[in-house]
Amino acid sequence: MVKKVTEASQAVAEAVKLCKPAVIPVYPITPQTHIPERISDFVNSGEFDCEMIYVESEHSAISAAIGASATGVRSYTATASQGLALMHEILHIVSGMRLPVVMNVVNRALSAPINIWNDHQDSMSARDTSWIQLYVESSQEALDTTIMAFKIAEAHDVLLPVMVCLDGFTLSHVYEPVDIPEQKEVDKFLPKFNPLFKLDTKRPCTMGPVGFPDTFMDFKKEQQDAMDTSIDMIKKVNEEFGKQFGRKYGDGLLEKYLLDDAEYVFVGLGTICGTARSVIDKLREQGRKVGMLKMKAFRPFPEKEVIDYLKGAKAVAVYDRSVSFGHKGAVFAEMTSAFNDIVKKPIFHSFIAGLGGRDVTLQHIEDSFDKISKEKVSTTEWLL
Amino acid sequence: MAETRPKKSEGKKLPVGAVILTPGNSDENKTGDWRSLRPVWNKEKCTQCMICWMYCPDMAIPQKNGKRLETDFDFCKGCGICKTECVFGALTMEKEKK
Repeated sequence: MVKKVTEASQAVAEAVKLCKPAVIPVYPITPQTHIPERISDFVNSGEFDCEMIYVESEHSAISAAIGASATGVRSYTATASQGLALMHEILHIVSGMRLPVVMNVVNRALSAPINIWNDHQDSMSARDTSWIQLYVESSQEALDTTIMAFKIAEAHDVLLPVMVCLDGFTLSHVYEPVDIPEQKEVDKFLPKFNPLFKLDTKRPCTMGPVGFPDTFMDFKKEQQDAMDTSIDMIKKVNEEFGKQFGRKYGDGLLEKYLLDDAEYVFVGLGTICGTARSVIDKLREQGRKVGMLKMKAFRPFPEKEVIDYLKGAKAVAVYDRSVSFGHKGAVFAEMTSAFNDIVKKPIFHSFIAGLGGRDVTLQHIEDSFDKISKEKVSTTEWLL
Repeated sequence: MAETRPKKSEGKKLPVGAVILTPGNSDENKTGDWRSLRPVWNKEKCTQCMICWMYCPDMAIPQKNGKRLETDFDFCKGCGICKTECVFGALTMEKEKK
């Protein structure tokens, strides 16, 4: 193991190299650019043997990833924002064809107005594409989760693509100390990709045929079942990772911070959790019973676990870095829907925060704590 | 019979991702039933040049020992490319009778 002070994008590139995908079709877009740049450096210097395809758009990047994955090799790409939006129609095809492509999404706002900074509108807009979505908080978690993602995606009872989402700039461009695992350790953890089917001239098959009304729905149900199965697989892979590398992230789906006796809970995804931790430490010193539930897996949505972890709380503040326009923050809407049938439940408060790179400050989180500890009914606030 | 496409049947699991494992199954799946125009072949004018055979995008013109056979109407979509390419006027398009 090597400990390096490195940028999260570099850490992700190291993870990708360690997982040895054979084909990486990629198109640059801020703030994802440093990832393909670092991977290209590895390929150029001869450290990493991989076919990089410098395509003409993200639509082509993800399409080429399908072609590569269908031939039975590990395939990876990375994008952000408008790039992910341009991939949208193909995202459904990757998951429908059950190809375990792994992609880092460096979260950035969607235009207009044009904005290159962080929020979660891009990946939240892709939440119904049947991709597993894992959100990370630190460079180390970005590296570790990218490695875990291949193992989750390629499990034969899952076979779904995985998006590993990291906050643009606030994480992707931040330098932190990161443990970079040894190649032989990663090889032990992540076996060679063993495809269920592959394009092979010796044993021809057809991939991506038409699905008539008598079968289409059944295939979609299988996808949904695979998503359900992935809940246990994510937990299992997280445990295995913990055993081998000495680090794990909660139960793989959700991570608790001082949650067990907490009356007031912050819920968030990604880097906002770091800010919340600081505020919690301060409030705990003042004797306030406050904790955090970090949502790592948004798809599959770990409903049972969410209920289990939050049912004892008095009030919950949900921070959304995206909006389902005309409705609410996506995480808030799904949290409250999870508690539909539960009689004794916390009061949920919605905070729309940090859109398009707007700072989410310690003060914001402290103020929201004041609010949720006083208000007796659910509220919505934009942290402008 | 080869499986022409994934079919749902009781107790049988569908192939993951709708993969079809039996190659060459397009023979089983007749696709010529939505044709509105039909190419009519005039054997007298035909010189067996095989241009129509080469141009047919659906391989619906069979040949045997270098001789053109009747169009395969199980697969012909009536696109008229054969008629357009035939320099001897051996093909004409007629309205398909139902």
